[in-house]
This record gives sequence, C-alpha cells and structure tokens, in this order.
Amino acid sequence: MGKITGFMEFERQVEKYDTVEDRLKHYKEFTEPLKEKELKNQGARCMDCGIPFCHSGCPLGNLIPDFNDSVYRGKWEKAAEILHSTNNFPEFTGRLCPAPCEEACVLGINEDPVTIENIEKNIVETAFEKGWVVAKPPKERTGKTVAVIGSGPSGLAAAQQLNRAGHLVTVFERDEKVGGLLRYGIPDFKLEKSIIDRRIEILKEEGIVFKTNAHVGVNVSIDSLKEEFDALLLCGGATERRSIPIKGSDLKGVYQAMDFLKQNNQYVDGKLNFKEILSAKDKNVIVIGGGDTGSDCIGTSNRHGAKSVTNFEILSKPTIGRPAQQPWPYWPMRLKTSSSHQEGVERFWSVSTKEFLGDDKGNLTGLITTEVEWVFKEGERPQLKELEGSEKKWDCDLALLALGFTGPEKTLSEQLGLETDFRSNIQATTLNYKTNIPGIFTAGDMRRGQSLIVWAISEGRQAAYHIDIFLTGNSNLPLKDDNDLPRA
Amino acid sequence: MLKKQGMYLPEFEHDNCGAGFICSLKGKKSNDIIHKALQILEKLEHRGAVSADGKTGDGAGILIDIPHEFFVENCDFKLPEFGQYAVSNVFLPKKENQRDYCIEVFEKYLKEQNLNVLGWRDVPVDESVLGEIAAVTQPFIKQIFIAKENKDQDYFQFNLKLFIARKKTEHKIINSKISENGFFYLPSLSTKIIIYKGLLIPEDIKLFYKDLSDPLFVTRLALVHQRFSTNTFPTWDLAQPFRYMCHNGEINTLRGNVSRMISREALLKSEWFGDEIKEILPIVLPGKSDSASMDMVVELLLMTGRSLPEVMMMLVPEAWEKNTEMSEAKKAFYEFNSCLMEPWDGPASIPFTDGNYIGAVLDRNGLRPSRYSVTKTGYVIMSSEIGVIEIDPKNVEYHGRLEPGKMFLVDMNEGRIVNDEEVKETIAAKHPYREWLDQNLVHLKSIPYSDCPVFFDEEPLEKRKVVFGYTQEDIRSIILPMAQMGKEPIGSMGNDTPIAVLSERPQLIYNYFKQLFAQVTNPPLDGIREELITDISLTLGSDANLFDFNGDHCKKLKIQNPVISRADLDKIKGYHNPDFKVNSISILYSVEKGHNGLENALESILNEAARLVDEGTNILILSDRNVSYKKAPIPALLACSYVNSGLQKLGKRSNISIIVESAEPREVHHFALLFGYGASAINPYMVNEIIREKIEDHDINMDSLEAIQNYNKAIGKGILKVMNKIGISTLNSYRGSQLFECIGINTNVVEQYFPNTATRIQGVGLHQIEKEITKRYRKAYKHQEIAANLDLEIGGEYRWRRNGERHMFNPLSIAKLQESVRGNKPKTYKEYSKIINDQSEKLMTIRGLFEFTNYDPIPLDEVEPWTNIVKRFKTGAMSYGSISKEAHENLAIAMNRIGGKSNSGEGGENEERFYKDANGDWKNSAIKQVASGRFGVTSNYLTNANEIQIKMAQGAKPGEGGQLPGAKVNPEIAKTRNSTPYVGLISPPPHHDIYSIEDLSQLIYDLKSANREARINVKLVSEVGVGTVAAGVAKAKADVVLISGFDGGTGASPLTSLKHAGLPWELGLAEAQQTLVMNDLRNRIVVECDGQLKTGRDVAVACLLGAEEFGFATAPLVASGCIMMRVCHLNTCPVGIATQNPELRKKFKGKPEHVVNFMYFVAQELREIMAKLGFRTVNEMVGKVEKLNRNKAIDFYKSNGLDLSPILHKIDVADDVKLYNTETQEHNLDKSLDFDIISKAHPALFRKEKITLDFKITNEDRAVGAILSNEISKIYGAQGLPENTLKINFTGSAGQSFGAFATNGLNLTVIGNTNDYIGKGLSGAKLIVKVPEEATIIPEDNIIIGNVALYGATAGEAYINGKAGERFCVRNSGAKAVVEGIGDHGCEYMTGGIAVILGEVGRNFGAGMSGGIAYVYDNNNKFNIRCNSEGLNLDPVSIPKDVAELRSLIVNHYNATQSPLAQRILENWQSELSKFIKVLPEEYRQALIRLEKENLVKQ
Repeated sequence: MGKITGFMEFERQVEKYDTVEDRLKHYKEFTEPLKEKELKNQGARCMDCGIPFCHSGCPLGNLIPDFNDSVYRGKWEKAAEILHSTNNFPEFTGRLCPAPCEEACVLGINEDPVTIENIEKNIVETAFEKGWVVAKPPKERTGKTVAVIGSGPSGLAAAQQLNRAGHLVTVFERDEKVGGLLRYGIPDFKLEKSIIDRRIEILKEEGIVFKTNAHVGVNVSIDSLKEEFDALLLCGGATERRSIPIKGSDLKGVYQAMDFLKQNNQYVDGKLNFKEILSAKDKNVIVIGGGDTGSDCIGTSNRHGAKSVTNFEILSKPTIGRPAQQPWPYWPMRLKTSSSHQEGVERFWSVSTKEFLGDDKGNLTGLITTEVEWVFKEGERPQLKELEGSEKKWDCDLALLALGFTGPEKTLSEQLGLETDFRSNIQATTLNYKTNIPGIFTAGDMRRGQSLIVWAISEGRQAAYHIDIFLTGNSNLPLKDDNDLPRA
Repeated sequence: MLKKQGMYLPEFEHDNCGAGFICSLKGKKSNDIIHKALQILEKLEHRGAVSADGKTGDGAGILIDIPHEFFVENCDFKLPEFGQYAVSNVFLPKKENQRDYCIEVFEKYLKEQNLNVLGWRDVPVDESVLGEIAAVTQPFIKQIFIAKENKDQDYFQFNLKLFIARKKTEHKIINSKISENGFFYLPSLSTKIIIYKGLLIPEDIKLFYKDLSDPLFVTRLALVHQRFSTNTFPTWDLAQPFRYMCHNGEINTLRGNVSRMISREALLKSEWFGDEIKEILPIVLPGKSDSASMDMVVELLLMTGRSLPEVMMMLVPEAWEKNTEMSEAKKAFYEFNSCLMEPWDGPASIPFTDGNYIGAVLDRNGLRPSRYSVTKTGYVIMSSEIGVIEIDPKNVEYHGRLEPGKMFLVDMNEGRIVNDEEVKETIAAKHPYREWLDQNLVHLKSIPYSDCPVFFDEEPLEKRKVVFGYTQEDIRSIILPMAQMGKEPIGSMGNDTPIAVLSERPQLIYNYFKQLFAQVTNPPLDGIREELITDISLTLGSDANLFDFNGDHCKKLKIQNPVISRADLDKIKGYHNPDFKVNSISILYSVEKGHNGLENALESILNEAARLVDEGTNILILSDRNVSYKKAPIPALLACSYVNSGLQKLGKRSNISIIVESAEPREVHHFALLFGYGASAINPYMVNEIIREKIEDHDINMDSLEAIQNYNKAIGKGILKVMNKIGISTLNSYRGSQLFECIGINTNVVEQYFPNTATRIQGVGLHQIEKEITKRYRKAYKHQEIAANLDLEIGGEYRWRRNGERHMFNPLSIAKLQESVRGNKPKTYKEYSKIINDQSEKLMTIRGLFEFTNYDPIPLDEVEPWTNIVKRFKTGAMSYGSISKEAHENLAIAMNRIGGKSNSGEGGENEERFYKDANGDWKNSAIKQVASGRFGVTSNYLTNANEIQIKMAQGAKPGEGGQLPGAKVNPEIAKTRNSTPYVGLISPPPHHDIYSIEDLSQLIYDLKSANREARINVKLVSEVGVGTVAAGVAKAKADVVLISGFDGGTGASPLTSLKHAGLPWELGLAEAQQTLVMNDLRNRIVVECDGQLKTGRDVAVACLLGAEEFGFATAPLVASGCIMMRVCHLNTCPVGIATQNPELRKKFKGKPEHVVNFMYFVAQELREIMAKLGFRTVNEMVGKVEKLNRNKAIDFYKSNGLDLSPILHKIDVADDVKLYNTETQEHNLDKSLDFDIISKAHPALFRKEKITLDFKITNEDRAVGAILSNEISKIYGAQGLPENTLKINFTGSAGQSFGAFATNGLNLTVIGNTNDYIGKGLSGAKLIVKVPEEATIIPEDNIIIGNVALYGATAGEAYINGKAGERFCVRNSGAKAVVEGIGDHGCEYMTGGIAVILGEVGRNFGAGMSGGIAYVYDNNNKFNIRCNSEGLNLDPVSIPKDVAELRSLIVNHYNATQSPLAQRILENWQSELSKFIKVLPEEYRQALIRLEKENLVKQ
C-alpha cells in the first residue's frame, strides 16, 4: 500500500496562494490546486502505518491511509468512496479543518506530515467535478420523522445520515439560508458559499426538507415540533458570544466579530441593504482575539481596505514547534500563521485590553492595553498577572471582538426544560446523545460547546445512529468507535 | 505413568535415542557380540538421559538371535529344534492373580490357533539395579515357549498364527477390567529373535537380565537401543527395540499415519485371516509411542507377504519425486506405493531386523547420524556414532554411513551386505508397477477441460464477500500480493490482537486453531532450499486392500498442486471415467433454523456422504456455493473435518477423497487446516472471483489465469512451509494429520467434529459458532442499505483501524507509554498500564481474564527493591541488522545500567562493545544468542556472554528460518556477522546441529564448554507439549528455559505465521511449570517468559504461573520511539529503529533512560501487586497460582465457555518442594579432555611458545578444543594465539563437535576419524583429520568425519583426508576446507570461505549458498545434476588467482594429510585442473564487484 519509500522521496507540498495583492481584490478562494501528479506524490508520502495515528486523531475516524493509497494509485473514485464513508462533507473539512490528523501523522514526528487535508479536498472536488457525488435517496422510507434544529455542520450531517436510514428529516434554520456558521461565520475567501449550496442541493434531492427563517422557540413553536416529529435533534450551536465588560465597550466602532463577518458574507452573497454598514475601509482596525475568527476578521478587514490591522491575543505567544507538554501525537497549541495573517497584520500577544476610548460622539478612537504574564502553578488554573507600567494606548476606529463563544443560547433549553451545564451546554453524553427529555437529542456545539467543524460532523453522525436506534430499535448507520486521540 | 492433568497431555511425549547393531557376516555366534553391542550403548550414554531419581533411564534394550542352546539348557521342559518354536519375554502384572489371568487368556488364544505352549520360564532378574521409578512400574517377566502346530507348518503360517493369538490376547487384556492391564506386553514373539529390554540404563541391562551374561547365551547379531524421552514418565513396554525395528529420531507424521491406518482397516481382507482380521484391529494400539506404532504397522505389512526391506521402502520412501538419477522401475515402485501408503516421515534412522535381515534405513531428510564399519574379520558395526567399538585400523575393511533415503542391509543367511541399489531394484522388479500406473493413474493435467455448463452463484459477489467475512484488508494484503507475486505476503512485529475466542468480531472457525511446529525434539525443514525432498501432490480416489497386489491401487487421480482453480474443478466434475465417480454435497444450512439447523445439516451431510460412498462415489465435493437469503454456509472446515472423521468411524473413509469447493479459504492457514482435516483438493472459488474482479477494476494488471495460478502456487508454497514447520516434507503425509491445537472451542464440539485435537481451555460451542456465522450473515442481508457505507469492512487485523480488530498497542497506549518514559511520569505510565491491564470491557488476552485473589497485604517497603527486581528483566533478542545500531546499543546500555540483560539477537556483536565506554556505559549484550544461522558466533563472542541463548523457535514464526536481504547487509553488519557485505543471509529453519533432544544436549555441552560461566538458555515457543519439551531441556542441562508467547515480534515473517502458529504464553508457561514440577525438575532450571509483556501486571501473572525471569521486546522498543509501523522488513522504519538506512537512522531519538524508566515503572507496578498479595520477594511469588482467579465480572458470550482451571492447576507436591530454581546443573565438564590439554599447554597459552602435544581420543571426548579456546579468548580476545602455536595430535575416534569454536593458534589433528559437527563455529584454528598410517583403506572411499561439519565456521582451515557426511560446510562464512567427498546438501547456506571438494558430492549441493567459493573435482561428470544451481555460477577454474588459490589449498591438504588423492591431482595438475568446477554464487560475485568499486572510491 502506498509507495513504500514515498516519504523519503517527496517533500510536503501544499497548494500555493495567489499573491496577496491579487487576492485582496476579491472575496473568492485563492488557492492554486496541485497537479494530479503532485497530488499522487503527496499520497505516496503516506507510510501505510501499522498504527495510523492520523486515523485516531481525526474525530471522524477518516480512513486516511486508505484514501491516500487510492490517490497514490490514481483511484480517485475509490478514494471518494472511502472518504465519504466517514465524512458527509469533506469539502468543508478539506478547507476549514485545523487538521488534528496532520498533527498526529506519524511522518510528523520528524518530518513534515502528509498533506492529508489537501488530499481530502482534492478527492472531494474531483468527485464533484466528475459527477460522482450524486443524490442517493434511501430505497425505502421508515415512516418516521425527525426534526433537526440548526443547519450547521452537525445538523446537516445528522440530517443526511438519518435520511439515509430512511427517516423523513426536516431541518429548521433561523437564518435566511442554511449552513449556520459555515455560511455566516466563515468568509468566502476560505469557503465559497457555492460549495455549501452544491451540497445542500444534493441533500434536498435526497429528500431532506429545509425550513429557513424558522427560528425554533421564536417563530416556530417547539411544542408543535414535539407533537409533529418522532424525534428532535438540537444542533443550534454555541452561539453566545463572549464580550468584554470594560469601559467603552458600548462605543460605536466596537463590534462583535460575528456581526462583522456575517454582514460581509451576506454582502458577498448579494445583499445590499443593511441597517448599519460595518466597514473597515480606511480604518485603524484592531481585532481582539487571536483565534480563527480573529484571523477571518483580519482577512476581511484587509479586503475592505483597512488603513491598518492590529491583532491582540491575551495568551502568550506560542512556539512555532510543539510545546514539550503537548508531545506528538497530541494536538499542540502552536503559533499558526494563516493566509489572512500573511495579508497584513501586526500581531501582539500577552495583551489585555483595559479600556476603549471614544470621542464625545461616542465613536471609538482608541484603546488602552496592558501587557500580561501568565503564572502557572501545579494543580491550579493559570493566573493572569498584569505587568505594571506596561500600559499602552492605541489608535483605533474599529475594534472587532473575536473572543469566542460562551455556550449555546438558552432559548431552547429553557423552553423545553433541558438540563444544561454551567456553560449552558445541553446535557447529553456521547453514549447516546439523549437529553433528559425522551425523544430529544442534541449534538455538535450545542452539546459540547464551541468546537471544530469536524467534531460537529462527527457528533451529527453519531447522534444520527442513536436516533435511528431510538426510532427503529437497531441501526445500520455507521458508528465510530471510542478511539479518539485525547488531548494532552 | 502420569495422567493428563492441568495443561499436561501425555500424548505429547517425545523420544530420541541412541541405537546400533553388530552382526557377524560369517554367522559366528558369540556372547561377546552382546557384550560389544551393549558397549555401544554405554559409549553413547551422553546421548541419553536419566530422571530426577538419578537412576532410571528412559529405557534400553537388546535384540538378539534366539540362544537355542542356552534355552535347551535352562528350560525345565524339552524344546524342539531351533526354528520349530517361538519364544518371547512376557511382561506380566505384578499381582499374581492378575498375572494368572493374563497367562490364561494368552494360552487360550494360542490354543485357538492350534499352537502348543511348551512351557513358561521365569526370567531371572536382579531388581536391585532398578531406579525408583523403574521399580514401581517393573513388570513380572516370564518367558513363553510355543511350538508350531506341526512340523510342516511353514514359517509364515506359524508367524501369522502367533500374530493373531498375540493381538487377540492384547485386545482382550487391554479391554479387561484388571487394574494392571497395562503391564501385559510381549516385546517380541518370534522363532528367530528375542528382545530383552526395560527401564534401564545401558550398563544395567546385563546386570538386570542375568541371562545375558551366560556364556551359552550367544548370537550372530545384536540390535541395541536406548531411549531419551523428553520427560520422566517412561514405561517398560516403550523401551526399544520393538519387534522388528527400533528408531532414532521421531515420526513427525504419526498422527496422520495412524489416522489413515485406522481408515484402511475397514478395507483389510485376507484369506489367511478370514474373519479373524476384524479381531486383530486396531492395528495400532492407541497411546503408544511413534516407534511402537510404526512397528505395529511393519508387523501388519509383513503379514501381507511383503519382505521386511520392502516394507521399509514402502514406509520410508526415498525422495523419489524430483530425483533425476533414480531408475524408472524404482520410481514406479515408489509412485505406486504412494497410492497405498503415505510416508512415515522422519527425522528417523531406523535399524530393523527379522532375524534374516538386519539393516537400517534413513529417512529422506537424512537428519540422523548412522555410521557403520565393516571389519576384515567379518563384523558389521552400525551406530549413531563411530568409535563406540574400538577397531584396530588395520582390521577396517571400510567405513560408511547411511545416506538419506538409503537402506543398509545385511542378509544374515547369505552372510553379505546387500547394497541399496541391489535390494531396491530387486524389490521394484517384483511387479509391473510402471504398467499399472500407466493404465490406471490419471493426472489432472491430462484431463481435457470440460464443456459442462459453468456454475455461477446468483447472489452478487459483493454480498457473498460479506457472508464469508472478507475485508478490504484480506483482499489487499493477502489475496492480491499472492496473485501478483506468487508468494505469501510478509509482515513484521508481533501480534497484539485478541485470540479468536476473545474477539468481539465474528471469527472464521480457522482462527480457533493454531499450527503445531517442531522444536527441539525434531527439526523443522527448509522446503525452499531443500525442495527436492518435498512434494505437495496428492492422489484422489478410493484406497484398496493392503493385502492385494494389483494395479487397482493406483486407480487414482493425481493432482500436482491440490489448490485448484475453478476450471480444474469443472474438469473433475465433468470427467467421464468408470474409475471415478464424483458427487457434490452442498454444505449450506437453513439460517432461520439457527443452531439446530447447523447441527442437523452436518448430520445430513455425513449421512449423505456415507450413502454416496455406499453407492460407489469415490470423489466427494463439499460445496458452499449458492448461499442465499435463506441458506448460510457451514464453515467448510467444520464440514470437511466432520465428513473426514465421521466416515472414518463408519469405516468408509478410505473409499473416498474429499474436495472442498469453498468461498471461505483465502489465507494459507485456512488451506493448511482443510488439508490437515482431510481434504485432498481445494478450490477457493471466491478468491478466483475476487482476483478476476480486481483485474477488471485494473487494481492489478495481469492475466487472470496467471494471477490465479500465482495465487494457487503461493498457497502451495505456504502449505509446504506450514508442513515444514512441523518437519513434514510431503502433503501426502500431512493430509489428515491434524497437526493443530484448538484454542477456545469446547470439548463437545472438538470431540464431535475434530476428534483427537487438543483443546485444553474449552471455549465456544456450536451455538456460539453459529452465532458468529449469523453475525456475518446479518451484515450481508441487513434490512436496509445505507448510502455511502463501504460494502466491505476495512479490516484492521494486521494494521490497526478504528472499528477494526482491537490491538493492545494502539494510538492511545503508545502515546501514553512514550509520554511517560520520556517525561519520567509515573502517573502517565499508570494511565498506560490501565489501558493494557483493564480488560473488563474489552478482552484482549487470557491474562486479562484473571484477577488477583487471596490478598494478604504487606507494606510496600517490605517488598524487595525495584533495583533487585529489574535484574530479572531482559530485553528481547533483536539482532543488530534487524534493528539499527543506535536502537540496539540503546537497549544494551539501558539494561547494563540497571543490571538487567539485553540480548544480542542473532547477529553477532561488534567486539568494541565488549569493553566499557569511558563514561561507564556498557554496550555489551549480556545475553548472546545462538540461532540457526550462527552469525558472528565465535569463541570470543561466546566468551563475552553472561548468558547464551539457543533460539529453538521464535514466537512470531516458530519453525521457520529467516532472511536478511543483501541490501541490509552493509559492511558494518557484515563485519559483525562475519559475512560478506551485500550478500544475503539465511537463517535455516532448523539448527543443523539440533535435530533432536540429544543434539540439543550436545549443543548445550558445546556452549557450556565455550564459556563455563555463562548460563545456557533455551528459547522455546508456547504450544501444546511444550512442557514435555521443557522437561527434556532441563534434562539436557540447560540452565534457563524461556517460554515465549506466539505473539512476540519479528523483523519479518509470513503473515500466516504471525497469527496462526504457537500459543499465548499463559498456556505454555503453565504447562512448562506443571510438567517440570511433576517431574521434580523445576528446581534445576530457571524459567523465563516473554511475549507481549507490557506491564507490571503482566509480569505478576507470568510470575504466579511459574516464571522467574521476564523478557520484553516490543514495549522497550516503543519506549525507544517505535510506533509500530510494521515495516521492519522493508528497511523504511521512519523512526530509525528497524532500518539500516543512514538517513533514517538519524531519526532515532530513543535514550537509555527511556528504557530504564520503562523497566522501573514495570518493576514498581509489580511491587505494588506483590505488596497486595503479600510477597516480599519474587522467589516467594513464583508458581503461586492460588493467587490467581478467573475474573467473574467478565461476561462475554464467547469467553464465558472458557475453562481456565487447567492453567491454574497446582501440582500436588510436598510443601518443601521449591517452585523456582535453587540448584545449578551438573555439566560434568571437569571430565573434559581440554583440562588435560590445558595443564600441559601452559607454555603455549601463556608464553605463546610453539609446542606439540599428543593425546588419545574417543567418541566420549566431545567438544574438544572449546574450553581451550575459551581460555585463549579470555586472554587474547578474538585475535587468539599466533598461527600454529599449539599443535595437538589426537589418535582415535573423536567425539561430536571436535574443534568446536576452536580459535586462532590451534592446530588440531585427529589420526583416525571424527563424529558429527567437527569444526562447529570454527574461529580460526586449523583442523586436520587423517587416516592412520597403518590403515589399508582408501581414504577417499571412506567416511572419515560425520555430518554437519564446519557449521557456522567463521575462520580457520580444515583438511579432511576422506569423505564427509551430509551438509558439509553448512553456513560456513569464512573457513577454508578441503575434503575428499561429501554427502547431500553440501555448502548449504554458505556465505563465505572456500570449500574444496576432491570427490563426489551428494545431491542439492550449494542450496541457499549466497557467498564463498566452492571448487569441486568433478571426476564423473555428475556435479551438474547434483548441484542446486539456482543463483550459482558454475565455471571452469581459469582465473590465475583462482588457480593459485586452489592449488595452494590442495598442497596444504597434501602436506597436512599426505592424501594420495591430493598427490595424484597435484602430480597431474594440468589435466586434473580441467576437471574442477568453480562454484560462485551470483549474489557473491556482484557483492565482490560492488566492494571493489567502493574501495576504489575510498582510495
């Protein structure tokens, strides 16, 4: 399997980007795909491990060595088949996943890991291109109905799985279009929305019903759903944004990153009339929060034509290599530089924002920060210590808060009386994804809190299996085992 | 005799022996012959063994002419003339009333045959010489004298009547209820010979049987034998000789032979016997030894009118199949007889006699030594060794040896030796065998392809694959590689998946069976390099009556490779020939009827088969075609075995042959099992379909016929390998032999469907088996199809996959282990050990089913410190070569730091490592391994060991050899292994100096001589009967016995072996401990255990089951960075462990402290368990099985049926009996001749002065030179002494292993001859063997040294003034040798050095020879056909350098030995030179070219 000596012959090669100058002119994806031969060589780097740690590191349990081998052999259709057997939406993960598989790749112990994610993307794109991805509606229907609330990746994955098992699935989405954060959180330059539409069309053809502008608990009664459907799956995500309770946070010019990104995505999608236009053009932008969302804000701001873009992160600057306490094959916290970072930003770490400054009109003009230090004590949570005399003032017209999410919104749990944890996550275990109310299940960020797309899909798939069992007593849906690689 | 208890099964006893005979060609009778014959045994005593009581031998005996005059004198009744009566010793019960009963029964049956009992004589014996054990089982011995019915009754008729009467008596008494029925036994019953035997050591035979010393007690011939069984439960009746033969070696094929004999019984018919034939059945009494069983068959065949030589030819045929030199008539005889009788395969040297003929045959492999001398005074002396009877050199007519497959025969009546050719040609000419074959035997390939409609299954292939449990891995990793390459796929590392009965995944029934393999008591074979003795063809059809002589016997269908394609099967189905009636039975059952449906279907299949037999069907096809929604397949193995055994019970088995047409079999193991349980041909139709499908999908690009043929070929080769593992060379003998152990199926199922298979811990029943079938079935016929699901499961058996089979080493366990040892984190280690240890949810191992019990806690600090405990820890034998220098040294440093032991593995060791580094670290491996390739095994290597391990088998591939491809042999490795760079190295399956337990004992003696301070450790692999072998090893005086689990790692092994050979150590260890304790041998030997030991809990369980030392291999490698890539065999290890690639080696990041931390964690975990259980020291803990219990909380439908009590069985012994090692073995080295030499050699040894010494030598002086060399190595290291410093002349016959490991500076000359293994491991010395001046023999026509000379020699010279036996220069890697003729398999596996052969060579010369040069003097133009020319260049000697080298060696030879032959050649050098052929392995030639180039670059 694979090319035995491939890893010694070929170097890691990933997609090249268009120049910054060019790509900043538009919102489209800007990667330049590898040639088939190059991709095969990348597949050949896979070592056919006795223990493919990648396969354990992937929350979906993707059969990575197996599809790599198929790619190496030019068996793209076979590769697509293998890939889709564990992953409903490789076109999403192939673009957006932080690829814990690659961090667990055995080759990564002492070399650059296999380009698993890029191979994944190419497999699925080839499959779409060749017309191998087609709707496969179930041959028979069970007559059972399921409502899936939320059309993010977990809801969509669950919906497809349940539909495959023959149940009639209706997906409820409060926004105008389906996709959840995929559609409204991720900029087009990372995921063009036609990619989502392409997949949704197939799901529709397979028989899944989508109801948009249907905000369950607001404009759709949850009780009626309980009446109408045999099972409910709550996949509403963890959308409660973290804010920053400091002086000046209500100034005009301080915005949640999600509002900024959503508006931009809607704009790119053709919507023009907004109540308030959030633009970074010619502004000194400061993005607070050094995660992926922050990165998306940076990329978007630069496309708007910001005067300057600055990024703060409260944590200390991570190392480029693996930290000692997060050894292979575990997921490491290391310094990541995204394509958006490359497009122009000044990044600062160990920075805490103390105050937003405004003019008398209530407009943001700047902010004040201090440097911080983290104190680690055995058995205690790390303590934050401000460094005296490190205060600094920054000019700023637009501050974007990309501070993550605190948990799911409480509408559904309160209306239904669902048990939640202190983060407001709805309580259910991975043993069966059942909430405390019979017939109601939950999966994805709504259950586990803010997480990755790949986990969302995984949860959706797993939950679907348990719902199928709940509905029919047994299930032929696939179930992943409990061999997930834990965190260090 | 001890009964079955715990893990011990009496049927796995083995024996090996010393044997010999003397006879007078001139018919001169004397008592001296008895005296001399017994002397043979006394001189062979080192080949035997005594029990723990120090007195009881395993049995010895003597067969002689009836001493008529003595009996006339000593009987109180009148005897008729010699020849007119028969006599025998009779072993009778001790109790008088029972004895009377036996006499009464015997007399009754004799009378029934109209035979008259002349009288009984009490045999005078001296009981005082008996050992304790012998005395308990001693029978009362009387002699019976029986007269012929009348004077005219001919010899044959009289014998027949005696036979019938004796058989009937035996059966009657065995089946009677008397308590001592086992005592009744007749050693012989003949008009010509009589046997005296018993549980005696040889020198006591004369003392015990007073008759033997009487001057009137005279004979012309005497056949003697002494037994060395692996255990101490011998019995009187199993002492040898038997009635017609005795035997040195082992009949490997016994099970199959006996089973086939039982089947044949139904066909026996003879006018001489009439109805009485039924009453003499069974021919082979159950529960007897291999030799005893064979003797009973010999006896029957004699009753058919065959002569004794003919019977021996039939039972022990030569390897005729591929012999190009054999006459047509003889081939026809063998081919014809192969239709009647499968070979009784050795390794065996079988002396036989009926009083008219005395002789011996050697099996086709020639693995036992048999030397003979003929004297001018008319005596023939044959024995396992030469020199047992002193013969004046002037009196020697000639010295010979028994050759593989050959017969040595003396016609006592004609008083002459009949040569092999003459006797066999005469016998072969008795019937028109060729004509019979031509008329009757049909070859499959000559049947035209049929045009009958081809059958296709209706269900789609994808669905059927699921029904039969195929995975993508099966197809990708097993089937396709075989189809593409015609070879079995290779894998590496150990097995860490659960055994079948613990697996949650539905298992094919094959996985519950494990292949048996040879270790110690008999050698595995090498079917690749010694292909000419193998054969996998089978003949199908019905057998015939052994009493008939006609062509009907060969009305058979012959198939060259019984793994057949669908097209072949169609041919058979459609074949029209009145001799063959072919019918099929469907082996499907109605799935909705469940378990009962399966059971009933099996019954109806058997009934149907029986009906078809009655109607004349003689080829039966069992077919699982046409599965459907309603019909599920019965496991083909279950059906096949049931029809096989069921028909046998019904007496119909011999009428029919079974062909299996099944979708199930895909890997070699499956096929081996089907053949082993009775199939004669197999069509794996599903595999055929899959191959075609993959070709259509362009997954492989080749012609489908070729691909299928490749696959069939690969399976054929694989089966050969499986057979070879247990030492069997022909499929005809393997078929039906059931050489498997079952693990995890209960006795009910085994007795019903797989009778006579060992299953010791119970397990699933038919109900669970059916459940597994339906689990697969439901997957195929599930209620809905889910889009995007894969049709086939991905697999995960060989390479870990989520949702696949579970593995102990998985991402999490490896991550935790590496994190813990790198960061020295005890907490993380605990997380790791919990993953491994806690199997309450996920069963993995047998030990996982145990829990500790009978807690008696003590404070942790009272338990001995970890620093003590780790001294008992060892790392596994991994050679430098299989793993990198960095990884190898890392382990050594770590183990030396903590006082544990690392193991060199089979690859030698760089001398630099013997010295400590400046920083105090030491890279020396405390354990030096001696494996079959003997790489780098020199005197100095052995001298630098604390422990020397003889690897008899390896868990991952027991019974197999290994191979290091030339690409991996870089110059540094080559240096360490004393071989040539870039020349591939083969480790043969057997040690060529261990074909039996007595040989092992010899090697232990040799190694102990090479380093008296080192412990000798014998590594065995767990299998049924390993306890018995361990007892034998203890008796052979090993200091340590290691029981390895089957799951241990490897650098490369066929996948079949990784999974399916050997057992978990829990079973083997328990069996070994129990057997050793039972035999009172446990205190003599240290017991070690390894095989996937990973945690302190594992160690604790092993300790409680009896181990006191512990080996780890995979786990310390993982600690060093291994991530179980399982590519060790590909040289691409990405973490620098199992690779020699310099770039990859740089990636090695392991540190000694990682390994130290691991050992520390394991010891601490063990200490915590010890504290809980109340043990302060490991010694207290060893063997305390009462501290283990079955964990009752574990509830799993398959494991619930397991009965672990045999593993936890405690042998009932007195409290003071120690369950661990307390004593050291007595090696008796002080008697060694070497000490005499050393005492006289001080000037040479200490001052390097040149001196010459003279000694007499006998065959009892063994391993001469080894101790001496050890002393030299201690002082001078590998360099030794300057050339020719110490010259020693020995006169006489040297014992085995003369000059073993003899080092530089020694010049050892034997004037006389030597036995086997001369120059074993020669390390630089010069050895000379020459004919005494006064002798009149022509040296080049006489055998002067034994078999297996210069095995693994690394340097030195040898000049042999005469012929050598088989396997001259086997695995020589540096010695230069000249000899005047050799036997078969010369220069086998040779990798370096030079062999000059100035005479005829035997067959299969140069097999596996990858290096070195041989110059062969081909005087009779036979060399071409004798040479296994694969990979060899045969050229005239023309290059001046070669000519000069050859000439100088012959000159040396002449100077050393004054060889007349050498003189002749040198005198006519120009003309004689043209008769020499230079044998140069191609691989070696290319390596030399490459080296030359590299040297140029360097310069």
